[in-house]
Amino acid sequence: MSIGHTLLGLLESGPRHGYDLKRAFDEKFGHDRPLHYGQVYSTMSRLLKNGLVEVDGIEAGDGPERKRYAITDAGITDVERWLATPEKPEPYLQSTLYTKVVLALLTHRDAADVLDTQRAEHLRSMRILTDRKRSGDLADQLICDHALFHLEADLRWLELATARLDKLKAAMTA
Amino acid sequence: MNAPGGSLLVAENLRKAYGPTMALDGAAFSIHPGEVVAVMGPSGSGKSTLLHCLAGIVTPDSGSITYDGRELATMNDAQRSQLRRSEFGFVFQFGQLVPELTCVENVALPLRLNGTPRKQAERTALGWMERLEVDDLAKKRPGEVSGGQGQRVAVARSLVTSPRVVFADEPTGALDSLNGERVMELLTEAARSASTAVVLVTHEARVAAYSDREIVVRDGKSRDMERVV
Repeated sequence: MSIGHTLLGLLESGPRHGYDLKRAFDEKFGHDRPLHYGQVYSTMSRLLKNGLVEVDGIEAGDGPERKRYAITDAGITDVERWLATPEKPEPYLQSTLYTKVVLALLTHRDAADVLDTQRAEHLRSMRILTDRKRSGDLADQLICDHALFHLEADLRWLELATARLDKLKAAMTA
Repeated sequence: MNAPGGSLLVAENLRKAYGPTMALDGAAFSIHPGEVVAVMGPSGSGKSTLLHCLAGIVTPDSGSITYDGRELATMNDAQRSQLRRSEFGFVFQFGQLVPELTCVENVALPLRLNGTPRKQAERTALGWMERLEVDDLAKKRPGEVSGGQGQRVAVARSLVTSPRVVFADEPTGALDSLNGERVMELLTEAARSASTAVVLVTHEARVAAYSDREIVVRDGKSRDMERVV
């Protein structure tokens, strides 16, 4: 995820201090991975250098100075461009799992075991996400659903690969 | 997996052939009270045959099925039928509600068949319909409700006798994602709170994710996924 664009987007609703930005980010997007303060300040100084934000005010206190940032017109244009650009779908072509299956076949190990081990792990993750969905709010549900649909697609592939193991083995060892 | 000793329903080495086709070829299964177990596998793998054997609807060619310490094979038809009516509940993919009856009459039906007076049966039925959030449909007929609502009515009916096991065969198969998930949430919540075990046959991983563990059936053989890793 582009942290810079996300922080810029959060600034569109009004100027904020670095600390407020971090808190807003963590609350909305940082479920499992909250931002470090260092990340926020290094990102903000980059955005400042590129003219996408400006310092709106400085509060002097007992501790270090607290800068308040505001988004510039160039920043708004940048957010707009980012939102309008589609994300590249993951290529999914260099699958570690596929490599493991082929290696298992080539070394006469049980490839079905490799697939079933992965399947059990996937379903375990899906159970955890399903539990989290039950107790979560709508945002949580959408985030979990996104992961669940991807894991489900993987599981379909695992099932298909299991059904084709004999053919794959014949092709590999021919 | 827990020790089979605490199991409510245990099947071992089940074989069942339909003509030359081996539907079950040494399948095993076990479930504890209050547990939700998903039975997964591709179409034609034998998962529905396994469910039908476990529920005493189909008799396996060989192997044993023990429910609450009693071997199903030693029971006569009347005893098995009584078991299905009082201890088991059923939910299928579709076509399970009687179209001529109202929804509350459908839910009350298993109690009526067990001899419960109508008023009492419908009162209990309405309680279950409330838990499944379909009590407002009590007076409607199945043809007047949506697929998702109908399936929730069917789930209420499967639980109305307070069974110890509910057998659910692709209960969300005919529903869209949102309705399917709601049915699964309500089914598993209601079953867990009543300590009812659920045998859930599904080919959808997102549905299986509502279970406590899964068994995969392929070519009539079962694999307990808890033992894989």
